[in-house]
Amino acid sequence: MKVAMTVNGAERGGDVEPRVLLVDFLRTNLRETGTHVGCDTTSCGACTVLLDGEPVKSCTLLAVQVNGRSITTVEGLAQGATLSPIQAGFHEEHGLQCGFCTPGMMLVGTALLKRNPHPTEDDIRWAISGNICRCTGYMNIVKSIQHAAKATAEAAAKPPVGVGAAAGGE
Amino acid sequence: MATETHHIHGRIGQSIKRIEDARFLRGKGNYLDDFVLPGMLHMAILRSPHAHARIKSIDATAASAMPGVIAVVTGDLMAQHKLAWMPTMSGDTQAVLATDKVRFQGQEVAAVIAESKYLAEDARDAILVDYDVLPAVISPEGAKAAGAPVIRDDKEGQKDNHIYRWEAGNQATTQAAFAAAHKVVRLHSFYPRCHPAPLETCGCIADVNPATGKATIYMTSQAPHAIRTVFALVTGLPEQQIRVISPDIGGGFGNKVPVYPGYVVATAASLLIGRPVKWVEDRNENLISTGFARDYYMTGDLAVDKNGKMLALRVHLDSDNGAFFSDAQPSKFKAGLFHIVTGSYDIPTAHVTADGYYTNKAPGGVAFRCSFRVTEASYLIERLVTNAALELGIDQAEFRMRNFIKPEQFPYTSATGWVYDSGDYPRAMKVALDKLGYDDLRKDVEARRKKGEVTGIGIASFTEVVGAGHGAEFDILGLRMFDSAELRVHPTGKAMLRMGVKSQGQGHETTFAQIVTEELGIPATDIAVEEGDTDTAPYGLGTYASRSTPVAGAATAMVSRKIRDKARKIASHLLEAAEEDLEWEVGKFYVKGSPDRAKTIQEIAFAAYTNLPEGMEAGLEGVHYYDPPNMTYPFGTYAVVVDIDKGTGQVKVRRMVAVDDCGVRINPMIVEGQIHGGLTEGFGIAFMELITFDSEGNCIGSNFMDYLLPTAWETPRFELGETTTPSPHHPLGAKGVGESATVGSPAAYVNAVIDALSPYGITNIDMPVGPDKVWAALRSKGVTE
Repeated sequence: MKVAMTVNGAERGGDVEPRVLLVDFLRTNLRETGTHVGCDTTSCGACTVLLDGEPVKSCTLLAVQVNGRSITTVEGLAQGATLSPIQAGFHEEHGLQCGFCTPGMMLVGTALLKRNPHPTEDDIRWAISGNICRCTGYMNIVKSIQHAAKATAEAAAKPPVGVGAAAGGE
Repeated sequence: MATETHHIHGRIGQSIKRIEDARFLRGKGNYLDDFVLPGMLHMAILRSPHAHARIKSIDATAASAMPGVIAVVTGDLMAQHKLAWMPTMSGDTQAVLATDKVRFQGQEVAAVIAESKYLAEDARDAILVDYDVLPAVISPEGAKAAGAPVIRDDKEGQKDNHIYRWEAGNQATTQAAFAAAHKVVRLHSFYPRCHPAPLETCGCIADVNPATGKATIYMTSQAPHAIRTVFALVTGLPEQQIRVISPDIGGGFGNKVPVYPGYVVATAASLLIGRPVKWVEDRNENLISTGFARDYYMTGDLAVDKNGKMLALRVHLDSDNGAFFSDAQPSKFKAGLFHIVTGSYDIPTAHVTADGYYTNKAPGGVAFRCSFRVTEASYLIERLVTNAALELGIDQAEFRMRNFIKPEQFPYTSATGWVYDSGDYPRAMKVALDKLGYDDLRKDVEARRKKGEVTGIGIASFTEVVGAGHGAEFDILGLRMFDSAELRVHPTGKAMLRMGVKSQGQGHETTFAQIVTEELGIPATDIAVEEGDTDTAPYGLGTYASRSTPVAGAATAMVSRKIRDKARKIASHLLEAAEEDLEWEVGKFYVKGSPDRAKTIQEIAFAAYTNLPEGMEAGLEGVHYYDPPNMTYPFGTYAVVVDIDKGTGQVKVRRMVAVDDCGVRINPMIVEGQIHGGLTEGFGIAFMELITFDSEGNCIGSNFMDYLLPTAWETPRFELGETTTPSPHHPLGAKGVGESATVGSPAAYVNAVIDALSPYGITNIDMPVGPDKVWAALRSKGVTE
């Protein structure tokens, strides 16, 4: 079956069997390998991507189910060389060790902050409770997301100097 | 000189951010399953649904005819190439693909090689196997029962299911001490089977070049060099024709040390077909067939005198090793390093006996984030000590303080022969108790109990033994447990460090760069650390048993010092001053009394390629193989406060204080990250994680819906503390920390539960301490809501 979707802002497509999982489509057909497979049973969250902005587990969706929709993967977080606030937070707060769960964690964190820019620690822990990390014990992941929330709030409170009209596009 | 040596980025003790983060943050890590080679095929393994059965026939006719299928490999085909069986790391044999019987559920029976993973799995499901089901043995008790089926009837002379008897310590002096004891406290404890379950499963891509015969094997391996040697021995391929590449690894925790049948089959298939073959486990395969941990039945007796002083320790353990004895451990020690079981205490005499048994369960006992069975030992002694304190009516902390090995007794020779390098146990205990506010909390516990609450405090003061070798004592299949570092300083003063160990998330690219920074003054960000490619890295035994910093970290310091010695000669030439007139300050040599007359390490590096003293070899490179003189002995005290809901049996961890002493910390941020992770895995083992089996040998705990891992929601918030007692024999004073928290914490969690339940006469609940077990224990004592 023909399938087409927006992946990280670009139109991507392919010809797949109806049974092909979204995660396999992303990894094998599109060669976007930042999305990982950890369990195959929707339990671990390593395969998390954003579907129209909401976190979903791409091992439990068929590629054809997301035809025409928009997907964000870890490869879509940074703007060129500039890390997103979540990525910067994970680096600053040592929120990753082996890095295998990290893409899913960062995508869930990104979606959380969009919905709730000032989450409590419990809000964060609840949001990431569908994602398993075997290395960090979560404390630094929580701090990483808090770091991103703070950085985002500070950036919003302090508009960039000297951009003038260019900022009008926001 | 312009160099600001005091501000060199990344010296020891600085929590610099990790260098390796850059690729992981962008989804650009290179994990095994991310690799695609030209012409690559995919392999799927058919596994046994039965725990014990004779194979009557295998019919692959239909599977072979399916679209995209290149080959179906069975045990018979492997046998034609003398590869149906392989040696294990404990001197036994293990079936690669079953030829006679299957001996555990999940055992490898056949493999399909096809053009895609989906097609390989389709065809796998079309293979027909006719089994004659046999009774299954699922515990040591069952293994030794009269009339138990002999699992390993393939082994000549094997008449029962007993594998080994092993002992340590002194039976006679221990017996005598028990005879004179004021009191003997006994604990029967079962440390259940659990699984490291790294988030990335195991896998490989075997690529045997049909023209040259060179086998390149990409593999999720914590020990790529040792694997290369094992492969050479198993397959008969010349070792220079084997290249193992261990790419980025998504967690290991011991699971990625052994050689698994899938690796051998994929390599054989690539050799026969002439194309690369990829095999990646799914989670179910990972949990049911690869290296499990623990599964120890332990009985401990502690003899004490009337003053509450420990006199002797006696332990017997029955080990469930599964269908093949393939524990990954030093070859001299059948029960790993379990005889560290006297722990942190000055116990004059001890005797340990161990029996290993075959069962119809997965093989491959690995040290799940623990240095070869140290976790089981630490759990037993710490649980026993708490039970003894409760039985004697002495405060848990006070009882420990009274019996600790004293700081002035180091180096201390234990009753089972270990020589502890350094320690200050009372200090770590005091820091933990102060941080917890122990005295006030004890009063609070009493007050809450009066109100009917079920609450308690648990303590564990563990001592680990890590950093193997010394090579004369510790070896894997005869390979001495040294490790290595090769350092090349380039003309521009940047450096490349290659190691025999292999990070699985521990942050080696940062930590080992920092050691070079400390020794040579090259900023950490100017140093590239490379591991895992056996064609380029120096030989080493790999990363497990907390040995990377104790062994490879020491090798890094030593090779840096070799280079510094050469740098001194070059500086002497450049500065026209005698070598003995030069002083080293991190990053530069200067002439004594004239700090302005100096040459930086970068200037010296350039001169090593451009302006050498007469007769000196060019270059600034070196390699060092470090064989440690002794193990290192990290230690600490963990303290946990729990509240228990009488109505549901739910245990809530209110506080968790962890004071670790791992000697000198290279990067404190990374060390704390390791401790957080270990405390969480310890929490999982104590309360959630369980691989168990029904009476027919069906594995329960075979996916992440049954094998429960802690999420952010249940995981406690940890409060860390530290003391620093350097290792006297390590060049940097470091001891290693990767596993301390998994070793030490399970007993602390369970001790808190038992302390809470002690007023009701409950003395033990085996892990995982789920609400069902707590509820039943309370109800058995008549406690209701």
